[in-house]
Amino acid sequence: MQRWLPFEWIVALRFLREGRLQTVFIVSGVAIGVGVIVFMSALLSGLQANFIRRVLSAQAHIELLPPRQVSRTLRDGASARAGEIEGAIVQAPLQKQRSIDQWQAVAEQIRTLPDVRVVTPVTGGSALAVRGSASRAITVVGIEPEQYFRIVDLNDKIVRGMARLSATDILIGTELASDLGVDVGDKLRIAAADGAASVLTIAGVFDLGNKGANQRNTFVALHTAQSLLGLPGGVTSLEVTVRDVYAAETIAERITARTGVEADSWIKTSAQFFAAVSAQTTANTSIRFFVGLSVAFGIASVLVVSVVQKSREIGILRAMGISQGQILRVFLLQGGLLGLGGSIFGCAIGASALLLWQRFARNPDGTPLFPLPMDPKLFAAALLLASLTGLVAAFAPALRAARLDPVVAIRG
Amino acid sequence: MADARTQGTADIAGTADAAVVRLRAVRKAYNVGTPVETEVLHGIDLRLEKGEFCAVMGPSGSGKSTLLNIVGLLDRPTSGQLEVCGEETTTLDDRAVTRLRGHAIGFVFQYHYLIGAFSALENVMMPMLGAEGFPNDAMRARAAMLLASVGLTPQQNNLAGNLSGGQQQRVAVARALAMNPALLLADEPTGNLDSKSAGEVFELIRRFNREHGTSVLFVTHNPDLAQRCDKTIRVIDGWLAA
Repeated sequence: MQRWLPFEWIVALRFLREGRLQTVFIVSGVAIGVGVIVFMSALLSGLQANFIRRVLSAQAHIELLPPRQVSRTLRDGASARAGEIEGAIVQAPLQKQRSIDQWQAVAEQIRTLPDVRVVTPVTGGSALAVRGSASRAITVVGIEPEQYFRIVDLNDKIVRGMARLSATDILIGTELASDLGVDVGDKLRIAAADGAASVLTIAGVFDLGNKGANQRNTFVALHTAQSLLGLPGGVTSLEVTVRDVYAAETIAERITARTGVEADSWIKTSAQFFAAVSAQTTANTSIRFFVGLSVAFGIASVLVVSVVQKSREIGILRAMGISQGQILRVFLLQGGLLGLGGSIFGCAIGASALLLWQRFARNPDGTPLFPLPMDPKLFAAALLLASLTGLVAAFAPALRAARLDPVVAIRG
Repeated sequence: MADARTQGTADIAGTADAAVVRLRAVRKAYNVGTPVETEVLHGIDLRLEKGEFCAVMGPSGSGKSTLLNIVGLLDRPTSGQLEVCGEETTTLDDRAVTRLRGHAIGFVFQYHYLIGAFSALENVMMPMLGAEGFPNDAMRARAAMLLASVGLTPQQNNLAGNLSGGQQQRVAVARALAMNPALLLADEPTGNLDSKSAGEVFELIRRFNREHGTSVLFVTHNPDLAQRCDKTIRVIDGWLAA
């Protein structure tokens, strides 16, 4: 007997040791359950993080846009009833390229929000890239490189040249470079729809990992885009990134409320993707719940059997003056210890499975399929939750043990 | 520890008379208020003095064990009064009854009911450990002393399951005496033993009774053993016969 162990711990540990085979089986059961939970949680978190990183590394989390132009219907107030328009044909107005009103002030307001990481202005529009007799329709994106690269890190995606953007520079995609037969240092004539044109030098060629984006997207300095697209000093959007990507919609609503400018979050603009991520999270939670439930029932059933097997010992302990509370704690402890023991082995199983996954699940080029972080919080949560599950599962058998009538228990 | 173990005796010393147990018109019925109500004890009056060794005899099913369970505070009487160590127990709550039982009463049953997961020494320490919470040298020394007094020092570290029937029952006696109880209740402790072991266990209890003034209620079917007690009471069909 260890001097530092209280009565309840001594008895609980001895009971577990006495029923060695039962203990081994249930600890193994809990370990497998916890291992599955740890492995699946890490795998799905890694997968989701990878999806989100891939999607959100090429776009802002929130985009502020100028208000859309709407038709205003003129009504004859005398003949029309309140709220009704009779026989009106409303033609949708043309959405001309417009700037966000007072965008510098709006940007400053957004920067003061605590959840916001980066705010950067963008002026974008359609144009033609012309090289000799060949031309391609492109999207010109005017940016302030220092801030914008914190949202979309083009430095990482440059395959030739560099991500430099002076007033006469342009960055183009690999597909466009190939279509027009140009490369770094070549000149390209960019013509806007209203006839304005500039000749720019290709400073770098990028690969965004998407053929369409590599064909259409081009990046120029903000001032270059403003003069090319006829929006001197104006911006067509403010791009925002936030610290918690899942809070983007809430923050977007807050931005709209504060600035009066329409703000769309990635959750709204990529609704299907977000729904898929949410569905995955729900499925993961459900699996974890049911595995946890089976672990709980496993522990409870073993302890119920243990209470039946040890009812005489419980009876004699009660006869010796051991209180109901002490008996209750003996069995609660057994549940907690089974959960804790199982979860320690389960974490080891989960970690081993994750290491094996990282070693064998690889891309054709040998790089990991996606990074799987070994989050200590996940293991700590698994230990804590499994121990709590053990305690909760043990409650009914422990209560039964504590309430055993000593006379009946001793008589068997 | 010493306080806990001497509590039962101290209580008795503090009472005006030397009765360790006093039953007044104790009745015990099962299924009370139902058509199958069965009364197994019909108004028992009993007084056991300090240091008295009393045999309880009677045919099977006469109510001996029920009487012992009530005196041992494992069961409650349906009516009547029960004083243990001068304390009226029928009004006590479960916590107080458990505490009184732990400090003032020791039990030896027909079967030893040792806890198989523990050694002989640890089994004897168990009542003290339950009362104090943590093991210490004093309780270890007392358990060793009790085991020595029942002649089991060489086996003190053996697991309970590895001892012979006689040895197990002697460990059970040592365990019952661990808290130095004022009252020892022995419910046919020799019933499962051969005559030699039965004699040894009886002598052991008798010795403790003489040396420590422990009062004993000793249920037996053996008239020879009953003859060696201070007095004998008979329970017949739930009635006490002198």
